[in-house]
Amino acid sequence: MCETCGCGESNSFSIRKPGETIENNPDHTHTHSHSHSHDGSEHTHNHSHSHTHDNNHERHHHLEDNDHAHHHHDYQHNHSHGTEIKVETDILQKNNLIAERNRGFFEAKNIFSLNLVSSPGSGKTSLLEKTIKDLKSDVSFYVIEGDQQTMNDANRIEATGAPVVQINTGNGCHLDAEMVNKAAKKLDVENNSVLFIENVGNLICPSLFDLGESKRIVIISVTEGEDKPIKYPTMFQSSDICIINKIDLLPYVDFNIEKAKEYALRINHNLQFFEVSVKTGEGMNDWYNWLKKHKC
Amino acid sequence: MHELSIAMNIVDIADEETKKANAKKVYEIELEIGTMSGVVLEALEFALQEAVKDSVLGNAKIKITEIQAKAKCLNCLNIFEIEDLYSPCPNCNEFKTEIISGKELIVKSLKVE
Repeated sequence: MCETCGCGESNSFSIRKPGETIENNPDHTHTHSHSHSHDGSEHTHNHSHSHTHDNNHERHHHLEDNDHAHHHHDYQHNHSHGTEIKVETDILQKNNLIAERNRGFFEAKNIFSLNLVSSPGSGKTSLLEKTIKDLKSDVSFYVIEGDQQTMNDANRIEATGAPVVQINTGNGCHLDAEMVNKAAKKLDVENNSVLFIENVGNLICPSLFDLGESKRIVIISVTEGEDKPIKYPTMFQSSDICIINKIDLLPYVDFNIEKAKEYALRINHNLQFFEVSVKTGEGMNDWYNWLKKHKC
Repeated sequence: MHELSIAMNIVDIADEETKKANAKKVYEIELEIGTMSGVVLEALEFALQEAVKDSVLGNAKIKITEIQAKAKCLNCLNIFEIEDLYSPCPNCNEFKTEIISGKELIVKSLKVE
């Protein structure tokens, strides 16, 4: 089942470079082909995004009714001589496997890959814009942008001169390893570079999905509550770095930066912090030094 | 919302294992979900209702075992049950702890026919 519209297709997302449209983009996977054989006359039709809910519901209900009558009998019949399979499989195994492949690919090419996660509006894209502008003479940057909709972030990154692809997840709330695998191939990332993967703005869902990144960076801004780390602990627990952005606004907001750090360290005592203002440039040098040091 | 992805992964695993076993369908699936796995059980159950339709799990009974999360204190080595990720060791008040169980997201077994 597709996460976007609930139809029978899976993995509905698109990967585009700025300027590409959905129609001319070969990587857009959202073309549906349904065979409706339940009404007797089989017909196949291709359509994209024009799926109506009524259709969907009819289809599901229909199948459900069919299955119900059908299954019930078999179920009773076979129950006594069924077999048990010991599976013991991690539910996220498929994602984790692709993530490890990504990790191997990045390591072989000496690509330092960073998965940036945060709530919407913390300044992820602005941080990338400024970092790329300030360091692009020393470091070669590539960017994978993740959002539910629009090419806006990719267009902003493209203006900095860094190669970028935009993943639109549709209704999906996080990037997964398969999306990054496809996007990295499309981006044709060169050896010895830094790859920023800007995840969908969401502090919950992306925490469970390893993308194969070298480091995970969680960003919060001082306009959010200082208790963000304990409200959304899983994300802080799975991150390596915490960037606290918009520190130029500290005099105007009730954000206790030491308290925020203390909360975050309760959850993850290995977390390393950078306090920055992307707007004024304050604190950015520490972040740049870290980036250059780890890039090798 | 990510519970739908989790539910769909469960269906994929069941589908694969059922094929491997040359079975037709599953009448029971057993899952183990840790209390600190990042998955909300109610949301997962809701997502599964949709995800199993038209799949080998269509009529399967879904058994979910919750695994209570436990942590080990890195200071006094005390092992204790946790309800969140930010509480200190009840023995010595140390925050440096390590989760030793409760992150599970596992398809344990399938009963097929």
